[in-house]
Amino acid sequence: MSVAAATLRAGLGGVNVGTLTQVGYLARRSITRTVRQPILIIPSLVFPLFLLAVNSSGLEAATLLPGFPTDSYLTFALGLTFMQGALFATMGAGQSIAGDIQHGFFNRLQLTPLRGPALIAGQLAGVTLQGLIQGVAYLIIALAFGAHLEAGPAGVPVLFALSALVGVAFGSLGLAIGLRTGNGEAVQGVFPLMFVLLFLSSGALPRDLIENDWFQFVATINPVSYLIEGFRSLFVTGWDGEALALAFGVALGVLAFGMWAATAALRGRMERT
Amino acid sequence: MRDDNGIEVEGLVREFKKGPRAVDGIDLVVAPGEIYGFLGPNGAGKSTTVHMLTTLLPPTEGTARVAGHDIVREGPAVRDAIGVALQEAALDQYLTAREHMRLQAGMHGIPKAEGLRRGDELIARVGLGDAADRKVGGYSGGMRRRLDLALALVHSPRILFLDEPTTGLDVQSRTALWDEVARLANDEGVTVFLTTQYLEEADSLADRVGIIDTGKIVAEGTPDSLKAEIGRPTVEAAPLEEGDMERMGAVLRRFGSPQRAERNHLAVRLDEGSAELADVVRALDADGISVQDLEIHAPTLDDVFLVKTGRRLEGAEKEAEEVEGETGELEAVPA
Repeated sequence: MSVAAATLRAGLGGVNVGTLTQVGYLARRSITRTVRQPILIIPSLVFPLFLLAVNSSGLEAATLLPGFPTDSYLTFALGLTFMQGALFATMGAGQSIAGDIQHGFFNRLQLTPLRGPALIAGQLAGVTLQGLIQGVAYLIIALAFGAHLEAGPAGVPVLFALSALVGVAFGSLGLAIGLRTGNGEAVQGVFPLMFVLLFLSSGALPRDLIENDWFQFVATINPVSYLIEGFRSLFVTGWDGEALALAFGVALGVLAFGMWAATAALRGRMERT
Repeated sequence: MRDDNGIEVEGLVREFKKGPRAVDGIDLVVAPGEIYGFLGPNGAGKSTTVHMLTTLLPPTEGTARVAGHDIVREGPAVRDAIGVALQEAALDQYLTAREHMRLQAGMHGIPKAEGLRRGDELIARVGLGDAADRKVGGYSGGMRRRLDLALALVHSPRILFLDEPTTGLDVQSRTALWDEVARLANDEGVTVFLTTQYLEEADSLADRVGIIDTGKIVAEGTPDSLKAEIGRPTVEAAPLEEGDMERMGAVLRRFGSPQRAERNHLAVRLDEGSAELADVVRALDADGISVQDLEIHAPTLDDVFLVKTGRRLEGAEKEAEEVEGETGELEAVPA
């Protein structure tokens, strides 16, 4: 062994790499990948905005319903737009880890002193960035087209915090699915199911204005409704403590479940001794 | 076993659900600083063995110690001592070579400045200096393999596992990689465990070769000693007229023992060595048998594989058309 190599080995004796250090390196990779794949961000920007444009022009008449909380359907529908962006994050995180498994990069990481929590946290860094980019874009475009942020400038950081939290929460679900299946197509297959949750929520109408009993019941037990209502409250109501608490609470609940599922899936996936 | 750079394997088995034993009780010893070639066809169990020895896959039975550490009970210590380049160069196409190095060094806990220096040194050593800041997505297969090797070396491992490192590479890239592997073993004392399905690779690079087939090691030794076991050369011939196959077989059997041969060919291992070739030609001529093709083969590792398994290593999926009966008779299979 060369002197340089021997010196390096001596310096590495008893390697105990900190989890935070590993999170830093993996997060940097995740963010670099996100930035270098604009094609992944474009659909998650364009599709929700397209649906926002269609809904706000086609359903504007809904604002005439007695009890509708605002006279701008564009402002009302923005909650749904932010939620859709989070669902794209689910797919992005899941496909990213599934690709790593399929192409062997996961094995490369397993052969280092990789810590499981570092992998999960690092992978979610790119999703967080994606969520923030989406949030900024949705807000700027919506305000430019006449939407109103009732909470004012102070609501912007809260909006982005909720957007990032929901993105990470659903990203962790995607990560769990990707780790469990190791297959990008399987992750894509879950995407339509997520959209069912989206459409069976209060995304299109306030829950108290949904006349169909079963739909109202499903929307009430659907946690996605509370996330949408949290976003919406900042645009329509201003500062609604209950709606925000429910939204952050549900997001944290989804995050806790997603992290548990991702950790369990990672444990099953990492067969290393 | 001492806390050294060797590998010791005893009765290693790996079974998969609903499948046969991918690895079926192998024993082997690799000495420190040795290049060990693990030769076998696709599906023989080479990669499964590497996955077990590198701690990625727990064995079903048996034990193994790598660098003095048990692969089941001391996984982290094993991983710290080894560098691994698996069958497919596992790279992130959106990262550059330098970014890969930074990530790999960081994950191994190498301080940032040292990691950067070590990364640049390895990138230059594998000849990727000019491409260090290009995204890997644009690399050729040879460049990917070289980067994969460099990444495996970033933490200065004592033992290097290379799973079919040159599969799919052009001759130039293959030779460059062989040179680097030989240099690592000779100059830095790194032990190398190399799987391959290329005879030439095992022959020219490995100090010792283990031949694996259907999960079992069927032969082991230096390339020269394995070929010496087979010993004498083989003469293989084809008659111009298909109807002369039987008469040609009778003539050839006078000079040696029948061997498997290519389609429409007959082969014998010459009892008296290559000096008999002229006599073979004269005998065929004397019997009035016109010859379409006649070749003499020095023993190769493929011959070793053939003798041990009854099949050829390269193109083994194309069954040999000429089969040898248990009685040693030459049996011609129609084309």
